Amino acid sequence: MSNRFVNILVPIISIILGLLVGAAVMWFSGYNPVMGYIALWNGIFGDMYSIGETIRQISPYILAGLAVAFAFRSGLFNIGVEGQLIVGWFAAAYVGMAFELPKFIHLPLALIAAALAGALWGLIPGILKATLHVHEVIVTIMMNYIALHTVNALIKAVSEGGYKTERIHPTASLRSDFLSNLTDFSTLHYGIFVALAMVAVMWFILEKTKTGFELKSVGFNDHASQYAGMNVKKNIILSMVVSGAFAGLGGAMEALGTFGNMVTRGGFTGIGFDGIAVALLGANTPLGVIFGASLFGSLKYGAGNMPNEAGVPVEIVSIVIALIIFFVASGYIIRVLLSKMKKKKEAK
Amino acid sequence: MSLLEIVYFIIPLTISYAAPLIFTAIGGVFSERAGVVNIGLEGLMVMGAFTGILFNLFYADTFGSWTPWLALLVAMAVSAIFSIMHAVASITFRADQVVSGVAINMLGIAIALFSVKMIFDKGQTDFIQQSIPRFNVPVLHEIPFIGPMFFTGIYGSSILAIGLALLAWFIIYKTPFGLRLRSVGEHPMAADTMGINVTKIRYIAVIISGGLAGIGGAIYSQTMTNDFGHATINGQGFMALAAMIFGKWHPIGAMGAALFFGFAQALAISSSSISYLENVPAVYFHILPYALTILALAGFIGRANAPKASGQPYIKGNR
Repeated sequence: MSNRFVNILVPIISIILGLLVGAAVMWFSGYNPVMGYIALWNGIFGDMYSIGETIRQISPYILAGLAVAFAFRSGLFNIGVEGQLIVGWFAAAYVGMAFELPKFIHLPLALIAAALAGALWGLIPGILKATLHVHEVIVTIMMNYIALHTVNALIKAVSEGGYKTERIHPTASLRSDFLSNLTDFSTLHYGIFVALAMVAVMWFILEKTKTGFELKSVGFNDHASQYAGMNVKKNIILSMVVSGAFAGLGGAMEALGTFGNMVTRGGFTGIGFDGIAVALLGANTPLGVIFGASLFGSLKYGAGNMPNEAGVPVEIVSIVIALIIFFVASGYIIRVLLSKMKKKKEAK
Repeated sequence: MSLLEIVYFIIPLTISYAAPLIFTAIGGVFSERAGVVNIGLEGLMVMGAFTGILFNLFYADTFGSWTPWLALLVAMAVSAIFSIMHAVASITFRADQVVSGVAINMLGIAIALFSVKMIFDKGQTDFIQQSIPRFNVPVLHEIPFIGPMFFTGIYGSSILAIGLALLAWFIIYKTPFGLRLRSVGEHPMAADTMGINVTKIRYIAVIISGGLAGIGGAIYSQTMTNDFGHATINGQGFMALAAMIFGKWHPIGAMGAALFFGFAQALAISSSSISYLENVPAVYFHILPYALTILALAGFIGRANAPKASGQPYIKGNR
């Protein structure tokens, strides 16, 4: 088996294993796994409305996945996507509500504000990593909580003691009557095109520019890159900033497309953490991220149908997603098993 | 409130908030000292909190006032077993330890909520009847000033937590096992050469961390919330992780950091009723533990260095 084939086989085996264990969990809990998965399928593809909502759910997942993947390519683990997404959400919601501008200025401005807010939240761990060698994992986790509490306080401040921001003006909205009508009045919005454009941006940066080459090079071996004359510090900071900007745009999807405002949160959205799963499954490549986001976005949205149709709690899908991450992360053992099977075949 | 009333109110609250953090953070110390990063503390705590409440609800009639203490033991066992998954992935399967920890966190909350909905058919459990009781320490609580501050209306679990910190210090720094644990986390190859079974020590360390995080979660749910829902633990595990780092991977340091973070949490919920602090927005107290941890890592509050081999799988024969 070629290396490339194994690289594709490992995530596929992981997905199958995840779904099988999920079925076993349902079985042992006294639910009917077949009914459960049929309900999941109908929740995703059942009618035009579901398909529209599923695609809507996929957009922030693509951006969160891109954020994790981009940092990973430079050897950085950005667990802070969740926090960057939350500040992006708030920034977009604020710009969308506070200004009155023509659409062709307002919408881009709100998107840029979200990207900048996320970038700022990525900048801090980036600088700390580059200059003081502080591990980015811990800093980004802490930044998540700082984001959550700060944004809650900001929402309170801009709404004069309330718990949610006012609705954004239509000029900042990503909502689309055309897409909505096409999918039986779902909340599908133009965000998916923003997300796909960012996929192209990431591919272009990484594959076609000198900066991208340097970023990847730092990811493979920062000492060698330093020796070759690259500015490692600059690249580490840049990587975190771009990653944060992707995450911030993910927040803009929720602010400008799906919800149109922001409500104070007791906990995280979970999109940022699922972004880790998306990037991992997509092997940190732009195309892989689309694939991973489509899978996890669909699972997350379709799960909403499981309690009604099959009586299975929605959390079963979170269990399946966690298991898939677990199996992909343990890819080493899957590779070992694959090569053993191959040797057995050859011996016969 | 007068200043003395505030102190009498804040300090017991601080200690109650700190106890679960102490248990979980020291669990983290064991795991990281052996070289296995455990981001999964949050998920392990969730499992502990859930198991504790579940056991308490089902067996309160059988065991009476012993129930919360037995629940701690059961929670310890369940989380210890759950943590084996992290151990297998990160030690044997050589998975990225951070990724495996993230999976543990997602899995912990998902399994707990799935089970809650399956058993109770709603989003959270019923309230327990037998929570961990408060009591006055005999004799000591009559001491003026100190008595009402430290020895009145405290949870037995808080005393356990402080005892655990001392015990953990003794184990890690004064026993052969502790020496092996630390050497495996600093330089596994050297330890292996000296005949120490790296894999075995690391497995034990991760399982200890799971057990302690389980107790931490069960203490939190049986003192603070008295039921279990999706927001019960809500970041306490990550705060314990922060306490471990802020305490520089040292059991006593972790205890100190946990007490300090407990203080910040106690202030955050009571600042509005304290005359000197009513104008300070609560958000500052909410983000204080996290901001301080970042500063500690950046070296502004004394350098915090992780164990050297932390996060790397040990592969025999690799250099």
